[in-house]
Amino acid sequence: MPDFQIKKNPKTYDAIIVGSGAGGGMSAYVLSQAGLKVLLLEAGPLYDPAKNVMQLKWPYESPRRGASTKFRNFGDFDAAYGGWELDGEPYTHKDGTKFDWFRSRMLGGRTNHWGRISLRFGPKDFKRKSIDGMGDDWPIGYEDVAPYYDKVDRLIGVFGSKENLPNDPDSIFLPPPKPRLHELFIKEAGTALNIPVIPSRLSILTRPINKERGACFFCSQCNRGCTVYGDFSSSSVLVIPALNTGNVDVIANAMVREVLTDSGGKATGISYVNKEDMQEYEVSAKVVVLAASACESARLLLNSKSSNHPNGLANSSNVVGKYLHDSTGTGMGGILPKLVGRKRYNEDGVGGMHVYTPWWLENKKLDFARGYHVEYYGGMGMPGYGFGFGMQGTNGKYPGRDGKQKEAGGYGTALKDDYRYFYGAHFGMDGRGEAIAREDNYCEIDPTTVDKFGIPVLRFHYKWSDQEVKQAKHMKDTFREIIHKMGGVVTWGDNGSPENDYGLEAPGRIIHEVGTTRMGDDKKKSVLNKFNQAHDCKNLFVMDGGAFVSQADKNPTWTILALAMRASEYVIDEMKKQNL
Amino acid sequence: MDRRKYLKTLAVGTVGTLSAATLIDSCKPKDKPKEIGAAPTIDRTPAEAEHDNKLMADKFFDEHEMKTISVLADIIIPKDDVSGSATDAKVPDFLEFIVKDMPKHQTPMRGGLKWLDLHCMKKYNKAFVECNTGQQIEMVDQIAFPEKARPEMQPGVAFFNLMRDLTATGFFTSKIGIEDLGYVGNKANQWDGVPQDVLDQYGVKYDERTLAESVKFDS
Repeated sequence: MPDFQIKKNPKTYDAIIVGSGAGGGMSAYVLSQAGLKVLLLEAGPLYDPAKNVMQLKWPYESPRRGASTKFRNFGDFDAAYGGWELDGEPYTHKDGTKFDWFRSRMLGGRTNHWGRISLRFGPKDFKRKSIDGMGDDWPIGYEDVAPYYDKVDRLIGVFGSKENLPNDPDSIFLPPPKPRLHELFIKEAGTALNIPVIPSRLSILTRPINKERGACFFCSQCNRGCTVYGDFSSSSVLVIPALNTGNVDVIANAMVREVLTDSGGKATGISYVNKEDMQEYEVSAKVVVLAASACESARLLLNSKSSNHPNGLANSSNVVGKYLHDSTGTGMGGILPKLVGRKRYNEDGVGGMHVYTPWWLENKKLDFARGYHVEYYGGMGMPGYGFGFGMQGTNGKYPGRDGKQKEAGGYGTALKDDYRYFYGAHFGMDGRGEAIAREDNYCEIDPTTVDKFGIPVLRFHYKWSDQEVKQAKHMKDTFREIIHKMGGVVTWGDNGSPENDYGLEAPGRIIHEVGTTRMGDDKKKSVLNKFNQAHDCKNLFVMDGGAFVSQADKNPTWTILALAMRASEYVIDEMKKQNL
Repeated sequence: MDRRKYLKTLAVGTVGTLSAATLIDSCKPKDKPKEIGAAPTIDRTPAEAEHDNKLMADKFFDEHEMKTISVLADIIIPKDDVSGSATDAKVPDFLEFIVKDMPKHQTPMRGGLKWLDLHCMKKYNKAFVECNTGQQIEMVDQIAFPEKARPEMQPGVAFFNLMRDLTATGFFTSKIGIEDLGYVGNKANQWDGVPQDVLDQYGVKYDERTLAESVKFDS
């Protein structure tokens, strides 16, 4: 028999935090600054963008020229260890439905490669049921979160422009970068169509905000991790400063099995398997914070069964795993003939779009609920794997440099010049919209399947409704209109039909999944109270996207950060009052 | 632009991490797998390093196939007065790696090369690489133009499309190709908007509000 004893850590922490992404990183930051002794557990390896460097690397430094692999789904330079499928860590589906689950296993989680789009929810986003009768209202409103958005803005930094829009509140902004050339054309077309195109809102430092972090130097590679910490990653901006307080221990490669509870039903700590030595460990703490990502935290709760919590921990409501929802998404792109043969200059800019379109219409006048925003891309980016693919679909359609129409495809010096000629003329756009949170879109424990650690895995059941499909159709119509107005030619994405849900991406693909441990005032209909605290277990908190009641047409990170900061301050207060 | 200022910026940002440095260093793989070829200059997890080393140790194309690929690659991207050829940019080596990395390309590439040789055997009684340049071009002309290629040439068209794609990608992601293309980024910069002469060329300008609210630089 192999040695199979559980090793108990003699130290009792004030708090154990599971997961080091936006929620866990913020919680570690706030709790450690207040002097609490914290243990931070991360399922992946340690990572520091200043040391695990991808920035300013050339395509030829990757033997596959930056193509994606099963180890890095967003390309060989991307700062995400993980992807849609992890070896030995499966998930399953129910009733032939689809849900793709992206997991980054590394310090900082998915914040290392994310798009840095940092949007506040607006007042309406917390009260959707009151507005359209669908889903539920949050137990809190914008005014409850606004002070924390302010603090997050100041701590982390975000650029943008003051717009005074009713449901897209301004942050405390750093100055935005000027639009790129194609973005000027998009803005021109949008303005003519009454579609607002305003400076984007990204957590990238166009000005330094402290001595620990450098300012952006416009290499356009935020997704690779920034060596000067010029953008927001939980690893660089939250976890490393938290470690520097001396109050945080971090254990990497720790795959948590369950939350441990005592006979009274209170959380006492957690058990985990260390992936390096494959030994079992237990650690005790006064407070347990789950921030493992919406689905992973739900899985942990459902797997933490005991006589006091037979249905899984914090699940007397039977709501854990339910109301799972991801952003809607679809895209379209084309070529702008006036940009062929363009003059070269360094157009990298920040890592992402310099302009975007916030939701601008009234749903009352439309055939679907909830809105979407539009993200834009294009320009003279660094070539990578896939550059020049499909030239036979382009070079026969437009007159070449000599003004003559040529035969599609080809070879030789004429073809070689085509790649130069069409470089930088392509552009595209993506819609990211709000889906309705529904009870029958959920993850649950698959009763027959375990992962390589012996932990029961998640099984997903998710279907888009008519609301989301009609929204995707509207996106396609908008994109086509913008592209035509710009004088562009659509080259991909205009294939929407009822049969393919108008190009609506499968749920999970936008990687904004939230809602699985939602907050609420009614403990029969929600898992957490308005401070991210479990109704059933007062020293247990969930501080990731699971707490969301609805996800808005905004990217969730800024709200995860604000809520985790608010909940962590509540933990400190309650500990002072000896309530935990 | 003052490059040194940005290099300084680069250095400043790392200061704050020193105290966490020892801890983070432990994330490097303890037992480095045996390196084959040049050591990677990009961040690799142990699983990635192992995978890449295995691919580099394997061999897919035989000598004859590599010769054929080299001739085809230089027909697709020849040397011109701007830059060198596909083989100058080591495109055949890239193709050898990428078909091992993406097995979906293996059969279309191997089968396509075979198809090409068989057609040349029928017509010229020689494999493609043994044909003279005129014969090679005559062959390529029949498969390089999808819209006018004869129906029985379609397998060759599909092969040539793939060969064109991989050759172009391999070339324009090489040092030679990036310089040829005129991509001038991937370095510290101050983005202060589209250059004035380009704005003038397209008849556009930044409105006053944009100029007022956007980030400014001391120059």
